[in-house]
Parts: sequence; C-alpha cells; structure tokens
Amino acid sequence: MDKSLNWREYIITRLIKASGYSAILFVGLIFLFLIKEGVPALGEISLSDLLATRWYPIEDFFGILPLLTGSLIVTIGAALIAIPFGLGSAIFIAEIAPRWLREILKPLVELLGGLPSVVLGFLGILVLSPNLRILLDLPTGLTALAGSLLLGAIAIPTVVSIAEDALDAVPRDYRDGALAVGATRWQTIWRVTLPAAKSGVLTAIMLGIGRALGETMTVMMVTGNAPVMATKWNSIFQPVRTMTATIAAEMGEVANGSSHYHVLFLIGLILFLFSLAINVAASSVVFRQKKRAERILS
Amino acid sequence: MKRTLRISQQLSQRLGFSLLTLMVVATIIPILAVIVYIIYEGAPAISWEFLSGFPRDGMRQGGILPAIVGTFYLTLGTAIFSVPLGIAAAIYLAEYAPENAATRLIRIAIINLAGIPSVVYGLFGLGLFVFFLKFGTSLLSASLTLSIMTLPVIISAAEEALRAVPQSFRTVSVSLGGTRWQTIRRIVLPQALPGIITGVILGLERAAGETAPILFTGAAFFLPQLPNSPLDATMALPYHLFVISTQVPEMPFHIQYGTALVLITFVLGMNLAATFIRSRARAKRQW
Amino acid sequence: MNHKIVIEHLSLQYADGVESLRDVSVNIPANAITVFFGPAGGGKSSLLRCLNRLNDLTEVNTLGGRIMLDGENILDPKTSVIELRRKVGMVFARPVVLPFSIRGNITYGLELAGIKKRSRLDEAVERSLKLAALWDEVKDRLEEPGVSLSGGQQQRLCLARTLANQPEVILLDEPTSGLDPLSTGKVEEALQFLKQDYTIVLVPHSVQQAARTADYAAFFLQGELVEWAVDKEIFTNPHDQRTEDYVTGRFG
Repeated sequence: MDKSLNWREYIITRLIKASGYSAILFVGLIFLFLIKEGVPALGEISLSDLLATRWYPIEDFFGILPLLTGSLIVTIGAALIAIPFGLGSAIFIAEIAPRWLREILKPLVELLGGLPSVVLGFLGILVLSPNLRILLDLPTGLTALAGSLLLGAIAIPTVVSIAEDALDAVPRDYRDGALAVGATRWQTIWRVTLPAAKSGVLTAIMLGIGRALGETMTVMMVTGNAPVMATKWNSIFQPVRTMTATIAAEMGEVANGSSHYHVLFLIGLILFLFSLAINVAASSVVFRQKKRAERILS
Repeated sequence: MKRTLRISQQLSQRLGFSLLTLMVVATIIPILAVIVYIIYEGAPAISWEFLSGFPRDGMRQGGILPAIVGTFYLTLGTAIFSVPLGIAAAIYLAEYAPENAATRLIRIAIINLAGIPSVVYGLFGLGLFVFFLKFGTSLLSASLTLSIMTLPVIISAAEEALRAVPQSFRTVSVSLGGTRWQTIRRIVLPQALPGIITGVILGLERAAGETAPILFTGAAFFLPQLPNSPLDATMALPYHLFVISTQVPEMPFHIQYGTALVLITFVLGMNLAATFIRSRARAKRQW
Repeated sequence: MNHKIVIEHLSLQYADGVESLRDVSVNIPANAITVFFGPAGGGKSSLLRCLNRLNDLTEVNTLGGRIMLDGENILDPKTSVIELRRKVGMVFARPVVLPFSIRGNITYGLELAGIKKRSRLDEAVERSLKLAALWDEVKDRLEEPGVSLSGGQQQRLCLARTLANQPEVILLDEPTSGLDPLSTGKVEEALQFLKQDYTIVLVPHSVQQAARTADYAAFFLQGELVEWAVDKEIFTNPHDQRTEDYVTGRFG
C-alpha cells in the first residue's frame, strides 16, 4: 500500500515542480520569439533609418521615434493622473475611511480594474473625445490627452490596490506610537505610515506606469493614430500614435516575413524590454526592503 | 503659541482629508457614471433577437450571438490550459519551493509575465501558435495565448490562498504520519479552494475582456456560423465592440452600447461571483 | 526496567549555528510518564521533536548521537519516517483542531494510512474518545465541527486524534498551557490512565505540573541534561545546585 502511494506521489511531485518552472519557460519563449522575428529588422533596416522621425511603412519609412514619443507622452500624462488620484484614493481607503466605507470602495475600485479596455476606448470615442473637442476648442478630440485621461483611469486600480495593501501592512504600532506623541492623523500618514510603506507604494506606482505603457486598445481608439513627433508643449492636445497601437493596427495587414513585419516585432521587443525593466526594478525594491527588515529583526 | 500650532495642524488635517475625499469621489463617480451610462444607452438594444441572432447588414442589424458564443469558448479554452497549470505552479511555490535563487527567478518570471503588454502577447501568439506551430488563426491559438497571459494572475491568487492556510495544520498532518502531498490534497488545497476559485474567476474575467491578444491569433471580423472546432476562428465580444465602434460607418449607437452592455455584464458578473464566493468562504472558515 | 527510548549523546544545532542540545543522553522507560522540565530555551521541545523527527521540517540539524526506539536508531536516514510518526504521536501546546468534524479529526490519521472501512473508523473514534475522557461529552455530536468545542475539549480531541493511530509513544509539548485548571486536571488524569499502555513523554508548563505527573523526571538547562531522577525525588531532594535553584524558584 505504501509503495504505490510513494510512486503516485513521486509523479505528482514531479509534475508540480515542472509547473512551477513553467513561468520561466514562457518568459524565455516570449523573449526568444520576439528576438527571432524582431532582430532581422536590424539587418534589413539601418539604425539611422529606424531612429528617424518619419513612420510611414507604405513608403518604407520606418522611423520609430514618433511612436516612442507617442507612448512616452501618453504614459507620462497617464502617470500624472494615476499617481495622485491613485495614491490619494489608496490613502483614503486605508487610513481615513471607516470600515463600512472601505468594504464598498475596495470592490468598486476593483470593478474599474475589471472593465475591459475596449469599453473605455469605446466610450472615449463616443463621449470623451467629442466633449474634449468642444471644451478645449480643438480640431479633433482624438488626442494624446484623451489617451492619458483614459489610461490614467485604467492605471488607477492597479496603483490603488497595491498601495492600499502596502499601507495596510504597516504595523498598527507605528501609527499608535506617532499618535501617542501628539501627532495628528494627517501628520502620522505623511511622516510615519507613508514612509513605512515606501517600497510598496513605489511598486504600485511602477506597476501602474507599466500598465499604462502596455495598454493597447484604448490608445488605439482615442489617440488619433497619427505618427508624429510628440515633442512640442502642446503635443498633448494633438493626435499621436503609441508603440502598442502601431502593432495592433498594422499587424493584420502585414506580409509575413516582410521588413514591416520584422519592425513590428522589433517594437514588440522594445515594449517587452521596457516592461522587463520596470518589473525588475519594482521587484528589486520589494526584495531589498524585505532583506533590510530581516536584518533588523534578527 | 502652542495653541495656534495646534489649530494650524488641525486645519491642514482638515484640508488634507477634504482633498483626499475629493480625489476618491473624482475617481469613483466616473466608474459609476460609466456603468450607469452604458446600461442606460444599451438597454434599449437588448432583446432576445439581439442575444441570439447573427449580425446582418454589415453588423448594423441583427444580433451578436456569435460574439457571445465566441467569448464563452475563449474563456473556456483559457480556463482549460491556465487553471491546472496555474494551480500546480502555485502549489509548488507555496508548499515545495525552497528559498533559493531558482525560486526567486521563478517569481521574477511571474511578475514579468504579469507586466507584458497584451499586444506583445498577441505578437507572441502569432509567432508561436499561428505560424510556427501552424495552428493558424483559431480558437486554439487565441486560447493558448490568453492562457499564458492569465497564468500569472492565477498563480499569484492561488499562492496567496494556499499560504493563508495556517501552518499548524500542516504540522499536525505530518505528525500523524501524512506525506506532503497527502497534507496538500486533504487539508491545504480544500481550505484554499475558495480563494483559488476567486483568483481564477478574476483571471478569466480579464481574459474575456481582452482584445489585443486575440487580434491576430483567433478573432475574425465576421463569421457566418459558429466555430465547429478549436481550429476555427471565432468572433468575440471585445473585438466585436472594437470593430463596430471604429470600422463600420453609420453604425447605430444603440447596437454599440448594447454590445458594450453585454460585454460588461459578462465581465462584471464574473467579478460579482468572485466577490460573493470570497465573502461566503470567509464566513464559513473553520480557522 | 524496560527502556522504550534510549537517547545517546545527542547534539542539535539551529541553522544559524546556535546550539540547541549538547551531548544529551537519557533513557525513557516504557509505560510511564517521563517529564522533561526546565526554563525556556533549555532544548526540551527540540528534543521532543527529535523523537518523532518533526525537526526534519525545520532548520535544525543533528550533529551527532543516536535515538534508539525499541533498539533501532530512528535518526538513521533509512528509517521510515511515516511509520515512526504513527508509532510516536504528538500533542502540541495550542490545540490545533483540523477543519473537519469531531469525527473527521479523529479519523484523519487513519485515513492517511489508507483505512477506509466505516466500522473500523467508528470503532477507533469511540475507543480514542473514551481514552481521552471526551466520549461522554461529544458522543451525540460527532458530526459537528471540531472548532465548536471548548479549549479544554479541543485539546482532549487532539489527544484522541493522536490515540486513534494506536501509537506506542505519546509526546506532549506543554499540552495544558492554555487551559483552565479543570481541563488541565482532566488531561493529567487521562495521562495517568494511559501510561499503563503507552510510553509518555511530557514537557510540562510548570514545575508543579512536573511534580504532579512525573514517574521519571529530567531537568534541562540551556541544552544540557543536568539531572535525572526517579519519581518525585528530583523535586524534594535535588542533587545539583542548579536544579534546586530552579525548583525552588530562584530563577526561571
């Protein structure tokens, strides 16, 4: 009886262990494929052509700078919205709201996080852009601003949930100690709780930015998809094109194996590396903080 | 002097709290407004014909049945691949993995999978499943792509649920002569199940709403019939909404809103189910 | 005297190098209650956990020595740890009731061993609960969750759960530390009855409990076995000055 049990358990344990390592396999596979299909672009198009300011694939202009600036301006705009509102909401939910309000707000914010991006893009086209156009007297409402507003909204739930967890994890004693020496709750939040949750809050911000950077459908639907350099101060009020939207919009019409095809994969590789950098930075913040805490407690 | 300091502190606290309250309101109101607006504009379009019929006249009339069925199939396909693998990986991390560099590498890989842009998953799916493995634009390719994208969500939620089970249970089980797997199968896994199910539902909810990963791997603009096999392409709700709101001229608004309404009902319904399961499990817990 | 367990020159060390037990040798007679007592940090719990190799799960290393159970070294890598843990049962300080019914808690160990026959399980449930002096209190509500019992009842449930496996040795690590005097008395009474058929090793939570229950007593101080004696002698007439200081309350 014991023997057959051992045999079955051995196989199950092996399968479980293999499953654990599968995550590494998939990341590796994705990286591999992006390189396989993306690097040939570097051979087919010169670097100076790639770093040009004109993206017009039909006539063989493969300058990716406008796409980079497009992603950048929309992401920065989104961050400027998501960070204050996201952090503010997280602080409110974690530190100020009474329990019953928390139980309502948390699921509500989660609800926003569950809304498909295509729905927000759809509303962006029908509701947000026309209103922006009228409000700001612009030729079109499909601008970087529309994209930033919606992306900010999309990134807020990510920021809120991670930051709120981090604030919640700060031990009660920290707050009690500050209050005991006469600090107001407001002071306690800014001088004690928030610094104590610093690494978690930083992680929340980084992952929120990552979310905004990687968003595709919303930006494709509301930013106007004009691959122009977004470097002037008023570029936010003009149409732009992000890297993600470019891939989504053009991949369907591209011939397998053509230069255009390879460049799109190259852009995908760039996006992958960006998100890799952000995630490694975010996780190293967490790890470092944990190690320091372990040292202090031992 | 002390009194004025106290008053100014209280003032800044009141200002600060008000500001934060305003921020939360500014965040919450749009969420509610979005949902209410879609219900308001989309409800008139909802009819039995809308839910069970095929699109006609270039999507401008008729129903969205193939999109609904397609999303259902995609969600199912995603579940088939990502749930067993995700739970097994979570069991490894929570119950077996030692605290060493290899385990840290796995965790970094999971965090990275979670952060990869959805369109990059689409590219990967195109390269690997559609072309390299020659599955073509199909339910299979799209489901596999969505599965890998959903994996980190399921692993994180499942691992957290497994870790929440008290360590003392495991110790007692071992002291009674149980092996590690027996302990997992009889105590840890059943106790973690509600949390795992919640995570799975939330992961599948995301998969159901995604467009970019299925754009080049499985989604079709219009199909005259429902998919017959996993190698068929399919329509899907998010892709359908995208198409009718951007590619079809003179698209009646109520059909667009109706499609959006069906999509968010599907997605938010799953959200509600997950929340319900979570709170019921918390009440029934025996620890 | 029949020695059920013989511990020879056992040394233990924590993962970070701190010593837990230093060259401990002690005999544990069968069918009696042997008490390991002493101040915190003395190594008593670690020693107890060696007897059912529960230390395998933690960051504790055996540096040297043997533990002979019925003449066989249980520290040998070839030992079947599962068999050992069925033979040597353990009751922990805080009652850990598994998330099952009262009946389910008791049959858990048997189900692990593959026993499925309803009649065997039922018989084991009744037998164990009677031995733990809990049967009368719960016999009408066996299907209720184990957590619905009071603290003292829960601990006796844990005792019954261990007894269901029909072990030969029962280890108890401060089993009554969270219980009221009445429940404590019931547990101690059960142990007196059980020692006729089982070998019992107890880490008490107070010197008084040690004095009440011990047939044999061993005093541990900072990883060393200081003194070992039969019956109550160690409490009334200790040989070592350190033992006397601890027993009389000069430190602890």
